[in-house]
Amino acid sequence: MIVMRLVILYSYLSKGLGKIIEEGPLLRESKIHDYYSIVLSGAAGSGIQAIGEILTWAFRLDGFHVFSSGEFMSRIRGGSNSTLIRIGSRPVRSWSDAVDLCIPLDNQALNHVKSRLTTDTLILSDHATIGTGAYGLDIPLTAMAAETGKAIYANTVAAGAIWGLYAGNFEHLGKAIEHHFAGKPTETLEQNRLAARKGYEFSTNIRLTSSASFRFPSPPSAPHPLFLTGAEAVACGALAGGCSFVSSYPMSPSTGVLTFLAQQAHEFGIAVEQAEDEISAANMVLGAWYAGARGLTTTSGGGFSLMTETISLAGMIESPMVIHLAQRPGPATGLPTRTAQEDLQLALYAGHGEFPRILLAPGNLEQAYDLTRRAFDLADACQVPVIILTDQYLMDSGYDVEPPDIPQIPGKPAIVKTDHDYHRYGPGPQGVSPRGIPGWGTGLVGVDSDEHDQEAHITEKAEVRVAMVEKRLHKATALLDLAIPPEWIGPIDAEAVVVCWGSTLEPLREAVSGLAKPNLAILHFSQVYPLHSSGQALIEGKRRLILAEGNGTGQFGRLLTGEWGTHWQHRLLKFDGAPFSAEGLRQALVAILQQEVR
Amino acid sequence: MPANPFHRNCPDIAWCPGCGNFPILEAVKEALVGLNLDPLSVVMVSGIGQAAKLPHYLSTHFFNGLHGRALPVATAIRGANPNLTLIAESGDGDMYGEGGNHFLHAVRRNPNLTMIVHDNMVYGLTKGQASPTSQKGFQTPVQFHGVTSEPLNPVALAIALNASFVARAFAGDREGTRDILKAAISHEGFSLVDILQPCVTFNKINTYTWFKEHSRVLPPSHDPGDRKIAFARSLETNPIPLGILFRETGRPTFEENLGIFQSDPRPLFQRWPDSARLRALMMKNSVFA
Repeated sequence: MIVMRLVILYSYLSKGLGKIIEEGPLLRESKIHDYYSIVLSGAAGSGIQAIGEILTWAFRLDGFHVFSSGEFMSRIRGGSNSTLIRIGSRPVRSWSDAVDLCIPLDNQALNHVKSRLTTDTLILSDHATIGTGAYGLDIPLTAMAAETGKAIYANTVAAGAIWGLYAGNFEHLGKAIEHHFAGKPTETLEQNRLAARKGYEFSTNIRLTSSASFRFPSPPSAPHPLFLTGAEAVACGALAGGCSFVSSYPMSPSTGVLTFLAQQAHEFGIAVEQAEDEISAANMVLGAWYAGARGLTTTSGGGFSLMTETISLAGMIESPMVIHLAQRPGPATGLPTRTAQEDLQLALYAGHGEFPRILLAPGNLEQAYDLTRRAFDLADACQVPVIILTDQYLMDSGYDVEPPDIPQIPGKPAIVKTDHDYHRYGPGPQGVSPRGIPGWGTGLVGVDSDEHDQEAHITEKAEVRVAMVEKRLHKATALLDLAIPPEWIGPIDAEAVVVCWGSTLEPLREAVSGLAKPNLAILHFSQVYPLHSSGQALIEGKRRLILAEGNGTGQFGRLLTGEWGTHWQHRLLKFDGAPFSAEGLRQALVAILQQEVR
Repeated sequence: MPANPFHRNCPDIAWCPGCGNFPILEAVKEALVGLNLDPLSVVMVSGIGQAAKLPHYLSTHFFNGLHGRALPVATAIRGANPNLTLIAESGDGDMYGEGGNHFLHAVRRNPNLTMIVHDNMVYGLTKGQASPTSQKGFQTPVQFHGVTSEPLNPVALAIALNASFVARAFAGDREGTRDILKAAISHEGFSLVDILQPCVTFNKINTYTWFKEHSRVLPPSHDPGDRKIAFARSLETNPIPLGILFRETGRPTFEENLGIFQSDPRPLFQRWPDSARLRALMMKNSVFA
């Protein structure tokens, strides 16, 4: 069984390396052969994340592109979680349902991933631990770990076993282990290295006695030097955008951004504070902007709901504000550790009264970095709240990337030195007043949540009210001038267009690239509000418009219908808490494209 | 005598004639000028309510934000620019009701700012409902049969939380209030000044006369350095002790604890993350490093 499996893998990889099949009937599914998926499953705290990190590092040292993503339950210990690692000779950037190699660490873990396994999946497990129902290749992970002195290193034995099956250079795995355990006692490092060695030797023996070759071909191009997760991409983007103040209340899946920035606070000279609640966090951010800092808060739907009054305040006092909203399924607590694109509507309408705002939705890690960086400039230039919509899937996924652009002076604030007759709400281009701050210049700077005059003093005069509403709404024209156009991917004359936003981009891109002669394009919006007008022309007159988004009501679809009168022939809506997979989308698209146009 | 630089000509002040807010406004201005502060270095942050309109009636920077949220805003302004003098000021409903949670955590953080609460034991701008400090039995259009909840004791609460400066003043004693405010604003760390104040429109019980009869200035022998004694004093309700109940100096402040101003005193608007450092940080994730 194992021999056959290895041979199949080898043949996959040595063939066309993912070239899309040119011949054959239209719409036939073509297999992508240049990605290999390893799924590690186990209880929370069992160390699957560690195996994932070690293997990711090791495969990258071997010159491959790696994508990793985790799915987990909302608990600290127990349950069943899994980590996916996809190894590619081409860049790999999407979640996949395919499992080529599965390592379940306990019986529950096997059941947890069972629906994703096929007869082609190679299963590697400790049958003694799995007990009844164990199948596939047996490897005594726990017993070998115990020989190192610590049974809990079974996960490291598993990492070694995978590396042995793959016939990887042990030195690379050793380096990956060293990197992973950097800063830990030498004894820990040595025991883990020994555990990995035991797993490696055990599976090397299997490989040799079955006389099968298990090498990936050399990758065609060197992998990108950096590896970032979504949380790191947003956090680094914030630093590149000149973020100098962060206040947040922890909430999955947004906490990674707070953690990362908190650990860099002293190094980068930025203020980071964990607030008592999201209301405080959001108000602190406005206080920071008022004093000339560039403030960020990071949260998820529930916390964002608490911030809505403060977003309205930002609208009224015309303060810049940057909010990172990492979405998860709701309503209320919903599925705390799962993914969704359910909060577009919330972000769009959050806050009472009328005021302009910008909503960004990065499609991948490069965009997560870039748009977070730009969010600070946009917020500052237009004096409006900017909301960056990501999700659990994007936050907890990672892949290798090229080093992104870093501005020479990240995020110099757009503020003016005040004169003694300075008025905070004086006239300015497109309704944007020059923004002074206290402590710089000779003017006084007031802001007020009541309707106010140019000096920010309370007024109920109708003519002032009307002028101020017009001034605030006028800023919408500045927003439109700076709007980011949607990205068209595919033949410009495609008859069918799949429209998506945010993190659906990469699974969709992989899905479409696997279709033979699809005559299909993707239109991805990384700015979901206000909409860049170019999008309307791109989808007008297309025979088929397909909407793909991670919610149950088609929120973005309805936004486009409202703005442009767009009529959707098909909607691919997913709201089970799992990310879109390339395979799932591909199957759905094949089914749609076989239907007559309604 | 030169004009007070904090004075602002306000033809239309939204307070009722005889309101306790007037003497508080004067005491604030006198305290600021008495400390030789420059209006350009002072930021008043307030919430919503009649008391929260005070920043409109003097000449400083101001952030008149949301109901209950003055403290997070003021804390962040201090964290972004420690050169500024911060006063967070509002009424009892705003600071102890809507913003109660922020009060607890502002005390814990110990930012160098002064929290001034106009405590008139009633809601004014919403027209006469009970506030967190309303006394039991106090009848209002909503608490029709009288307040049944225990009144919040802000000074006892602050001392219990180990606030570094806790004082109580009475608006009817403008000079005493001014002196307490001066001490509070000079204090390096969080300071609470709860100012007892009559509401001439909606509180017919806790009047000027009532406060005079039910309060007494702390004796000179009171040692504000002794927290246990301060706490015992803070529990006294008849008479209510006035003055500095508790003070501890030398405590690290929120902005010091941020750990970013020791090596670089510049406020945040004068600095931005170092691009070379960011590049190095990202390259740490490089397997080829």
